[in-house]
Amino acid sequence: MKIQTLVLIAGLCALAACERSGETQGKARTITVKGSDTMVDLGARWSQVYMHHNPAVTVQITGGGSGTGIKALIDGQTDICQASRPMTDKEKDFARARWKKEVVETPVALDGLAVFVNEQNPINELSLAQLEGVYRGKINDWKELGGSPGPIIRYGRNTSSGTHIYFKEHVLKNKEFATDVQALAGTAAVINGISQDIHGIGYGGIGYAKGVKAVRVRESADAPAYDPSIENVISGKYPISRKLYFYTLGEPQGDIRSFIDWVLSDEGQKVCEQVGYYPLPKRSA
Amino acid sequence: MRTGRLLSSPEEERLTRPSPFARRAARGSIADVLAAWTIKICATLAIASLVLIFVFIGREALPILTSEELHEEVDVPRLFLPQPGEEGGSEFAWRPVSTPPRFSILPLFVGTLKATLIALLIAIPLAVGAAIFTSEFAPSLAREIIKPSIEILAGIPSVVIGFFVLMVLAGWLQSVFGWTFRLNAVTAGVGLSLAVIPIVYTVSEDALSSVPQTYREGSIAMGATRWQTAWRIALPAASPGILAACVLGFGRAVGETMIVLMASGNAAVLSFAPTDSILTFSAAIASELGDAVHGGAHYHVLFFIGAFLFVLTFVTNLAGQWWVTRLGRKLRGELVYVPTMPSPHVATGPGDA
Repeated sequence: MKIQTLVLIAGLCALAACERSGETQGKARTITVKGSDTMVDLGARWSQVYMHHNPAVTVQITGGGSGTGIKALIDGQTDICQASRPMTDKEKDFARARWKKEVVETPVALDGLAVFVNEQNPINELSLAQLEGVYRGKINDWKELGGSPGPIIRYGRNTSSGTHIYFKEHVLKNKEFATDVQALAGTAAVINGISQDIHGIGYGGIGYAKGVKAVRVRESADAPAYDPSIENVISGKYPISRKLYFYTLGEPQGDIRSFIDWVLSDEGQKVCEQVGYYPLPKRSA
Repeated sequence: MRTGRLLSSPEEERLTRPSPFARRAARGSIADVLAAWTIKICATLAIASLVLIFVFIGREALPILTSEELHEEVDVPRLFLPQPGEEGGSEFAWRPVSTPPRFSILPLFVGTLKATLIALLIAIPLAVGAAIFTSEFAPSLAREIIKPSIEILAGIPSVVIGFFVLMVLAGWLQSVFGWTFRLNAVTAGVGLSLAVIPIVYTVSEDALSSVPQTYREGSIAMGATRWQTAWRIALPAASPGILAACVLGFGRAVGETMIVLMASGNAAVLSFAPTDSILTFSAAIASELGDAVHGGAHYHVLFFIGAFLFVLTFVTNLAGQWWVTRLGRKLRGELVYVPTMPSPHVATGPGDA
């Protein structure tokens, strides 16, 4: 009996030792899209409308954060990665080393990275320098920003979020967040937190603003403050706007190509506005 | 006990040897053999999965101890000792995605301990109190209702509990106590206690029910009140089981992920104040493993944390088991110290020859 038990265990170990081989890309009629939580609603709406027009294709959208999507692309577990931040050179090197293909970046929408405060907060405008001070832990009380006295409770995203990385690079100039920034799982959780906390401040994609207000942001102390409306984001006046991307390994083929082309078409771009994001500026004919 | 063959003559051997038919019947029918094999496979799979999980985690965590290449970014001292901070001075910081990354485990360890301790401080008195009530004082109809109700609490998915705490309880607690941070160790602890109470209750209640009724009857016959009986007789008699329940509760609280992920704020703050946000081991692994590049330093550190958690729970369970067994033996009187007495001197008095 002992020999048989040992053989059984050895068989299971052998199974566990097998490496999982990556999925082949662009085959079958299912397209997997994985990544940014900022873009997950947008991706879901795109996939709904696209599948309505093309019933033979299934488009599967998963969130998890831009970092998770990029890692899935590098590991070959998704066809398209949706990201709210650009891929770093290191990540592109990983992908190139593994698959011998260049990563292709396709901007698909625009987003104004909004800064949210509770609706009852008297503050309506902030400068980038003030934002940096708040999130680095240098400014800790609302009265330093011109509001009523109270501690500033910082809400943010966790490290797999492209929004988190983008905010760190562009607002904090790559310096560290304060240690007490609450890392929540998605922009919706950030919004929920701020709507219940009058001392809260948070950041996230403009598409999620419900029950909170987005402050106007000025680039420096003497520049005019702009709110993240569509005109300000497209014209670049709003200082923290960003592109939202689709990444694929190599040029997209077949069904993936058709999906991405549709997303970039007029019809796909109109869907952006329905979800609360902004379409890419139209190329002049 | 030595088994030996009784001496018998060859004649007796031949007559008493089982016939081929009897031997075949003793081996069992095909169905029996099949059933036996299925059960063996199930048992082997259960044990093997446990072993394989530990092997997998250990294999991914091992480079922290052995790989020279990894030691440039992170090694065991850097996990536990203070490191130079961003603006001078030394600090314990968990910043896995900065340049350069900081991997101090201490904020996570303190955070996990805070949440677990708060959860146990709330859950154990409530659960053991409920167990004493339902087994000692409640009329049997009440017991029939209360016991299943608390056990249903065990069936609530932890994500639902976490959601409830995040949406309802955290705001309410903050409006009552006026804390700075809405999501902190206390809210996470309260959520965890909701998950721990049913486990501690069920096992404690079983332990209290299995105290022989004769103990209680004897105590009441001696003139004790019901409360005295419950507190001084039944509870100590059931203490091995109640202790085992507490150890199980600790294991559940330490490993619970979803509740802390939603209700604790996930900020790796090193402080002993319960009203500060925390990042626990399980929440760190859950939120960061998704984007840790396979084979990088962050990836191996997260697996190291997983192995650490595994070993911590394992050691606590072992210690609990040991203590429970020892307590059981003490209660049964097996650990009594009996001094050897000198043999009595039998005096031979005058008159005995």
